[in-house]
Amino acid sequence: MKDICLKVFGDYACFTRPEMKVERVSYDIITPSAARAIFEAILWKPAIRWRVTKIEVLKPIRWISVRRNEVGAVASVRTAQTAMQAGRGDLGLYIEEERQQRAGLFLREVAYRLHARCEPTDRKGEQESPDKFLAMFHRRATNGQCFNQPYLGCREFAAHFEPVTNLDAAMADEPPITETRDLGWMLHDIDFANGIQPKFFRAHMQQGVIRVPEWNSEGVKG
Amino acid sequence: MNQLPQNRYDFVLLFEVKDGNPNGDPDAGNLPRLDAETGHGLVTDVCLKRKIRNFVGLTQGDAAPYEIYVKEKAVLNRQHERAYQALGVDLGADEGKRKGGDKVDDARRWMCQNFFDVRTFGAVMSTGVNCGQVRGPVQLTFARSISPIVALEHSITRMAVATEAEAEKQGGDNRTMGRKHTVPYGLYRAHGFVSAHLAQQTGFSEKDLELLWQALSQMFDHDHSAARGEMATRGLYVFKHVGTDTDPDQRKQQAMLGCAPAHKLFDLIRVEPKDTGRPPREFGDYAVSAPPAGPLPAFPGVELMILVP
Repeated sequence: MKDICLKVFGDYACFTRPEMKVERVSYDIITPSAARAIFEAILWKPAIRWRVTKIEVLKPIRWISVRRNEVGAVASVRTAQTAMQAGRGDLGLYIEEERQQRAGLFLREVAYRLHARCEPTDRKGEQESPDKFLAMFHRRATNGQCFNQPYLGCREFAAHFEPVTNLDAAMADEPPITETRDLGWMLHDIDFANGIQPKFFRAHMQQGVIRVPEWNSEGVKG
Repeated sequence: MNQLPQNRYDFVLLFEVKDGNPNGDPDAGNLPRLDAETGHGLVTDVCLKRKIRNFVGLTQGDAAPYEIYVKEKAVLNRQHERAYQALGVDLGADEGKRKGGDKVDDARRWMCQNFFDVRTFGAVMSTGVNCGQVRGPVQLTFARSISPIVALEHSITRMAVATEAEAEKQGGDNRTMGRKHTVPYGLYRAHGFVSAHLAQQTGFSEKDLELLWQALSQMFDHDHSAARGEMATRGLYVFKHVGTDTDPDQRKQQAMLGCAPAHKLFDLIRVEPKDTGRPPREFGDYAVSAPPAGPLPAFPGVELMILVP
């Protein structure tokens, strides 16, 4: 089946490297996992699964460092339950007491062409054809419709999107960057079926294009 | 029960600062945040969200269902122990799969019902198992100034010292110097999104939405301090997606999903300096052009609401 192609762009992005997530450092490019989430923000049903096959990098990789005051605690379910039952309790989180200043190294002015395939899952209905979902996706992407505004790694970095219908014209108009580089081991996606395990792949950028290996292939390691 | 929003919204927020520091950079000795490459000023999303929280805490008395989860000490009396009403979470009415209810889900829903910021911006609730998250419908981006800004540094003196030791060191002179950073003038622009679908999940209501618009319009009026100078909202342009289909069900779906790409709508609000030859020092130095309020001819199914012209 033909891959679907979507152009996404935004002012900033942060695809956090798992090994540097306290003071966030982004990967050089969008991860397949973040790309999948963008497709899902536009259309997703339990009947389908998005598999990212190729990423084209359209703008040079540039960085910006931002330090922010963040909160270092998460809401406790137990405290909430106690307050819920007792009808009273002090639940607020006082930012001055849980303050963490964290720097982030983010990407700026990014644009990608993402190629993905829509695969049926075992929850697909008998009558449902993949074409239906592709048509739905295409209609939504064209009209700028989405379930929630997609984002580039973190929610404060909103992603804008438009479908690429004529790939040749798009290639001529906005070719990928002419850079070939080994991007090292990169997060492919999280395996939610098997206890939330991350899986990695070796990302090679060939003239601005990264081919994403199949999820179950040799090159993807858990 | 309070109605939940059935429309997607995208909005543009314009705000100004005059002789103040809208958002200090902890990495640069509290200098106003600056994009070092272009000289544009930045204000982070979290800075704006903090102000929305403070405004709601202030105007709604920080009481359920408008409690604020992530608090700043300055805006409240720490001694309060809140009394919560355990709202009978009706699981029977929910769709089958949640029946019987996971305790974490209950707690999460209950938090949404009591706390404005949890149901608006979301929150992470630890469960030990899977990091139960609430994803809020409201999403804000970094704000960026229209023109490059300059950050001025002012030295100030203080006629007293904090400690005895300091006084002795100065031989009783008791004067110290401090620093203050200001931006003479900056007009900033931020973008935001309200997802109707996520609103259904957290129970973010039409009334909450009204409060959000009010907060965005007035939040700077209740955030004055020595550091901020004069800040004010100068524009709030809200794109409401209403749909065009003649079939009511289809139209409802269109209104929730949206009818136009957000970036194209944002392009309709243009802000430009009138005279590029000299640095802007007031709002009047900018020309803001926007289509008239109401349905947009170029984007059927989208209406523009100008809440702060």
